[in-house]
Amino acid sequence: MKSLLRHLGRYTMLMGQVFRKPDKWAVFGNTLVRELQNLGTNSIGIVIIISFFIGAVLAMQTSYNLINPLIPRYLIGLLTRETMLLEFSSTIVSLILAGKIGSSIASEIGTMRITEQIDALDIMGVNAPNYLILPKIVAVLCFFPLLCMLSMTVGIFGGWVASVTQHLLTSSEYVYGIRYAFNSYYIVYSIIKIEVFAFIIATVASYHGFFVAGGSLEVGRSSTRAVVHSSIIILMFNLLLTKLLL
Amino acid sequence: MIEVSHLTKSFDSHVVLEDISTVFRPGQVNLVIGQSGSGKTVLLKSLVGLLPIEQGDIIYSDQSLKGMTPVHRKDLRRRIGMLFQGSALFDSMTVLENVMFPLDMFTSWNRTEKAERAQACLERVELPSAAALFPSELSGGMKKRVAIARAIAPNPDYLFCDEPNSGLDPLTSIVIDDLIREITHEYGITTVVNTHDMNSVMGIGEHITFLYRGHVEWTGTNRDIFHSGNEALDQFIFAAPWTRQMKK
Ligand SMILES: Nc1ncnc2c1ncn2[C@@H]1O[C@H](COP(=O)(O)OP(=O)(O)OP(=O)(O)O)[C@@H](O)[C@H]1O
Ligand SMILES: [Mg+2]
Repeated sequence: MKSLLRHLGRYTMLMGQVFRKPDKWAVFGNTLVRELQNLGTNSIGIVIIISFFIGAVLAMQTSYNLINPLIPRYLIGLLTRETMLLEFSSTIVSLILAGKIGSSIASEIGTMRITEQIDALDIMGVNAPNYLILPKIVAVLCFFPLLCMLSMTVGIFGGWVASVTQHLLTSSEYVYGIRYAFNSYYIVYSIIKIEVFAFIIATVASYHGFFVAGGSLEVGRSSTRAVVHSSIIILMFNLLLTKLLL
Repeated sequence: MIEVSHLTKSFDSHVVLEDISTVFRPGQVNLVIGQSGSGKTVLLKSLVGLLPIEQGDIIYSDQSLKGMTPVHRKDLRRRIGMLFQGSALFDSMTVLENVMFPLDMFTSWNRTEKAERAQACLERVELPSAAALFPSELSGGMKKRVAIARAIAPNPDYLFCDEPNSGLDPLTSIVIDDLIREITHEYGITTVVNTHDMNSVMGIGEHITFLYRGHVEWTGTNRDIFHSGNEALDQFIFAAPWTRQMKK
C-alpha cells in the first residue's frame, strides 16, 4: 500500500513535468513525427494480422455453436461485429500493444537513463520528461484510435472471409448480420476506451523507464513491469469505463 | 570561477564528501584526482546540480547554486557543457544531430547556421567526416570527441569532464587531454576534469585537487606534485612499484 502511494506520487510529479510547454515547438514536431512512426505505423502490421484471424475465428466459433436451425445464420455476422466493436478492437488490441509499445518505451527511456543520456539532457537545461515523454503520449493518442478502427474493419472482414470460404453462411447474410441493429455509439465507446488505454500505456511505460536505477538488468525488469502494470491498469479501467459508458 | 565552500554530501549514513572547499578558476584546466570511489563523480554531479546540495554551497561567479531559482538554474545550465564518463551521446541521432542538439534547443538560428556551427565543432575535434554516422558506429575515443564537440557547441562558460580518457589508449588519451586544454585556453572556459590518469595529471594539471577519503587532502599544480611531502598523495601518485623506484 505504501509503495503504491509512493508510485502514485512519483508518477503524478513526473506527469507535472511532462505536461509543460515544449522548449522548442520545431523540435517537438520532429520528435512527434519520429514517434508516430515508431509507435504508430510500426504497429499496423500486428494489428491487422491479429484482428483478421480473431475475426475469422469468432465467425467460425459462433457458427459451430449455432446448431439450432431456428436461430438465423446472420447472427454470426452480428456477433462478430459486436465482439470486435465492444471489446476486441479496444481492450485486447491495447493489451497486445501494451506488450509491444509499452516494453519498447520503457526500455528506450530506461537505457537513456542508465547511459546518462537523461542526465545529459538535464545538464543542458532541457526538461527531459517533457522532451522525451510528451511526444510519445501525443503520438499514441493520435494513432491508437486509427488502429482501433482499422482493427474493427479488418476483424469484420476476417469474419466475412471465414464465413464465405468455409460456407458458414452466404455473403449477403453476413452483410445483413453486420448491419443488423447497428449502434454507432459502440464505436465512440471503443474509441474513448482506447484513448484512455493509450494514455495508460505511454505514461506507465515512460514512468518505469524514467526511474530505472542500475544496469541493463534493471532496464529489462522495468520493461517487464511496464507491461504487467499497464495491462492490469487497462483491465481495471476497462471495467470502470464499461460501467460508466454503457 | 566556481567556488566550492564546505560542501558535504552523504548517501544515507555513508558520508562521501566531507567539508570540501576549493576554487576552480577560468582559463585553466582544474583537475580533481583521487582513487576510484573517492567521490570525484559525486563532486562533479553536485557542481552541476544533478545531485542536491545538503550542506555547504557552490558559488558560480557570485551566484549561489543553492539559492538559485529554477529559472536562473536553467539559465546557468545553458552555459555548462559536460562530458560524461560514458559519453552519453543520444543514440537515436547522428553525430551531427547530437552536436546540433543544444543549438536546436536554445538558439533561434536557422538550420544552415546550426549545421555550420556543429560542423565547425566536429572539425575542432578532428572528426569532420563523422557527421552522418550514428554513435553505435564510433569507437570509444571518437565518442568522447563527439561528446566534447557537443559540449562546446553552445560556447559554454563552464566545461565539466568526468574521466575523459578512461578506457582509452595512452596516445588517444593525450589527444583528448590536449583538446580539452586547448579549448579551455582558447575560450577562457572554467574547466573541471575528473581523472585518475597520471599522464593527464602531468600533462594538463594546471590546478589539482586531490580527494582522499572524502576530503581535500592536497591542492597544487603538476609541478609541485612530486615534492608535496604528502604521504597519501605520494601513495596515490607512486602506486606502481616501478614509479617508486624511479622516485628514489
Ligand atoms: N547514487 C548513489 N547512491 C549511493 N551511493 C553512491 C551514489 N553515487 C555514489 N555513491 C557512493 O559514493 C562513493 C563515491 O562514488 P563516485 O562515483 O563519486 O566515485 P569516483 O571517485 O567517481 O570513482 P571512479 O573513479 O571509479 O569513477 C562510492 O562509495 C559510491 O558507492
Ligand atoms: Mg567516477
